[in-house]
Amino acid sequence: MASTHAGWVRTGCLVATAVLAVTACGSSNTPSGSTLLQPPTAKTAPQTTIGAGEGQLNLVLWDGYADKSWVDPFTAATGCKVNQHPAGSSDEMVSLMKDGGGGNWDMVSASGDADLRLIYSGDVKPMNTALIPDWTNFQTYFQGPPYNTINGVHYGISLQWGPNTLLYNTKKFVNPPTSWSVIYDPANKGLITVPDNPIQIADAALYLSATKPSLGIKDPYELNQTQFNAAVALLKSQQPLIKKYWALATDEISLFQNGDVTVGAAWPYQTIQLKLAGAPVADTIPSEGATGWADTWMLATKATHPNCAYLWTKWVSTPKVQAMQALSFGETPVNTKACAEMEALQPGSCAQYHADAPGSYFNTIKFWKTPIAQCGDGSNTCIPYDQWVSAWTTIKG
Amino acid sequence: MAWFVLIYLASLVLLLITAFWSIDPFTTQIVQVWNIDNFRIILTDPTYRTIVGRTAGLAALVTITDVVLAFPLAYYMAKVASRRVQSLLFAAVLLPLWASYLARVYAWILILNHSGVLNWSLQSIGLPAANIGYTNTAMWLVFSYIWLPFMIIPTYAALERVPDSLLEAAADLGARRWRSTLDVVLPLALPGVVAGSIFTFSLTLGDYITPILVGGAGSQFIGNVVYSNVGIANNVPFAAALATVPVLIMAVYLLTAQRLGAFEAL
Repeated sequence: MASTHAGWVRTGCLVATAVLAVTACGSSNTPSGSTLLQPPTAKTAPQTTIGAGEGQLNLVLWDGYADKSWVDPFTAATGCKVNQHPAGSSDEMVSLMKDGGGGNWDMVSASGDADLRLIYSGDVKPMNTALIPDWTNFQTYFQGPPYNTINGVHYGISLQWGPNTLLYNTKKFVNPPTSWSVIYDPANKGLITVPDNPIQIADAALYLSATKPSLGIKDPYELNQTQFNAAVALLKSQQPLIKKYWALATDEISLFQNGDVTVGAAWPYQTIQLKLAGAPVADTIPSEGATGWADTWMLATKATHPNCAYLWTKWVSTPKVQAMQALSFGETPVNTKACAEMEALQPGSCAQYHADAPGSYFNTIKFWKTPIAQCGDGSNTCIPYDQWVSAWTTIKG
Repeated sequence: MAWFVLIYLASLVLLLITAFWSIDPFTTQIVQVWNIDNFRIILTDPTYRTIVGRTAGLAALVTITDVVLAFPLAYYMAKVASRRVQSLLFAAVLLPLWASYLARVYAWILILNHSGVLNWSLQSIGLPAANIGYTNTAMWLVFSYIWLPFMIIPTYAALERVPDSLLEAAADLGARRWRSTLDVVLPLALPGVVAGSIFTFSLTLGDYITPILVGGAGSQFIGNVVYSNVGIANNVPFAAALATVPVLIMAVYLLTAQRLGAFEAL
C-alpha cells in the first residue's frame, strides 16, 4: 500500500505538511479532508454544469430523508420524480451501492461509518461543489470533513449531523450524569443499552482517551493495536452489564419505555420520541465529549440521472429544506443559514440543535468515519474495519 | 428434480470454495488466494466455539422441549379425542401459523419485557418480577413456542398410523396402558417424532431474527455472525466458512434421522 502514496500530492495543504502535521490539516477544520490513498474514482472529473433533469431520481436513503413536504415542490420545479429506497443500516447502504449502484441507484445519503467504504470501493465518484451554491454557506467543517473528502477531492455534499448522546432515565438519575462512566459502571448492571454497531468501539476509545491518557488516543477511529486492545477489553468488561445491544432506534425507545434499561448511548431522535411519549428521560453530552454521525449525499459511479442528482443536492442544501429536514428528523443542518429558518418553524430550535455552534464545537464531536489501516500520519499501523467487526462479535459473545 | 439438486449442490460447493479465500482488509474485495485461516479462526477462537455451542445447544433444548410438549397433545388428538375435538385442536395448532413469525415474536417481547404481561401478573399476585426479558431463557421460550406446530403435526401423523388393533392386542396380552405406550406406541411413533425434530432443530439452528429481537447481551447465533460478516464487514469468505458449520451439523443430523426411519414418516 505504501506505493500508492503518490496520490498524496493533491492539495497544497498536504504538500506543505506531509512530513510534520498531516493530521493537523484535518483537525484545523480546513476543508481539505483526509490525506490518504487515492480512491479508484479520484481522477473522474465531475460534471461542470447541470443539464436538464432526466425525469427520474433513484435514492438510497435514511427513512424520512425525502419527506413529501420537500420532495413534492422539488418534483414540481424540476420534473425529477423521486424514487426512494429506505435502508435499515449503513451496511445495507454499502451493499445496495455495490458496483457503483449498478445503474439502479443515483445517490445515497451515507453516514460517516460507510463513506470511506463506498469511496474506496469506487462505488461513488467526486462531486462538483461549485454546482451547489449553498455549499459556501456550510459550516466550514462540513465543507470538507475527513470522512467524505480525501486529498481535497469531495466525494459528496454534507447534509445533516447529530451527536451520539448519553440518554438516561431522570427518575433513576436524579443528578444528571456527566461522564460516560455510567455505562461502564457495575452499579448499573442489566440496565444499560448501547448500539449494536462495531463503530461503538470508537466510543470506548473516546472514553479511554480522557480516562487513560497514557494510551495516547488522539483519534478514536485511528487506533493502534495497544489502543484497540484496551478499547475492546473495556467493552468486554461492559458486556455483562448490558441488557441489550440495540439495532434499531425504535428498539431503544421501547427498552426505555418499558423500564428494561435506564441509561444508554443514543441519538437525539430517541430523546425527542421518548419525551413526546411522556417518558422521564433526558440526554447529555458528557465531559469526555461524544462521537457523532454526519450524513453525506453521494453520487453513484454508475448514476443514470446525474442532472436530477445535482438538482436534488442543490435543493436539499438550501436553508429552508435543511431546516425542514432537521426538525422532522431531529438532527442538525450543515447550512449555517438554516438557523433562521429553524427559528421561524420552531422558536428555540436553532440553539437546541446546536445549528448555531461555533467552529470550535466540532472539535468536541468525533464524527464517524470508517476505520482503515492507514492512520492519519500515513503509517499503516491502524486497525482496519474488518477487525473492528470481528472484535465486535467477540465482545458481544 | 435433478436440476434442483444440481443448482442447490452447485451453490453449496461455491460456498465451500469461497470459505477458502479471504478479503483485502482495505478494499474488502475478495482475494482468491487459497488458505484455511477462516477455519483456523473458527476452531481456535473461543468466541466462535461458544456461539456454535450456544446455537446447537439451544436447538437441541428446543427440540427436546417440543417433543415433551407435543407428544401428549398429538397422542390425545390421534387416539383419544372425538372427531369434533380433533378438528378443533387441529385448528388451534395451525392457527398461529397464519400470523407472521415477526408478529408472534414481538408478542413475546410484550409478554416478557420489564413492564410486560408476565411481570404484571406475577406482581399482582404478590410474587417478585421474573427478569427473563432479553435473555437466553427468553429465546428458549420463544423458539419452543414458534416451532411447536412443526413437531405436533408429524408426531400426530405417525401416531394416527398406529393401528388400534395393536393396542387392543397389547391389552389382551395383559399390558397396561403405560406399558403399551412405551413398547408399542413409542417405537412406532419414533420416526414421526424424529421427522418433527428435523424441523425444530434445523429451524432453530438457522434462525437469526429471534436472537436479535428477544436475545440479550450474550445471545448471538451462528446466523447472526454470518449476517454481520456479510452485511457489515463485507467478509463473505469468513461468513461462508462459518456457514459450513450448520451444514455439517445438519448433515450428521439428517443421516442419523434417516437411520431412524424419519423420512418414511414424512
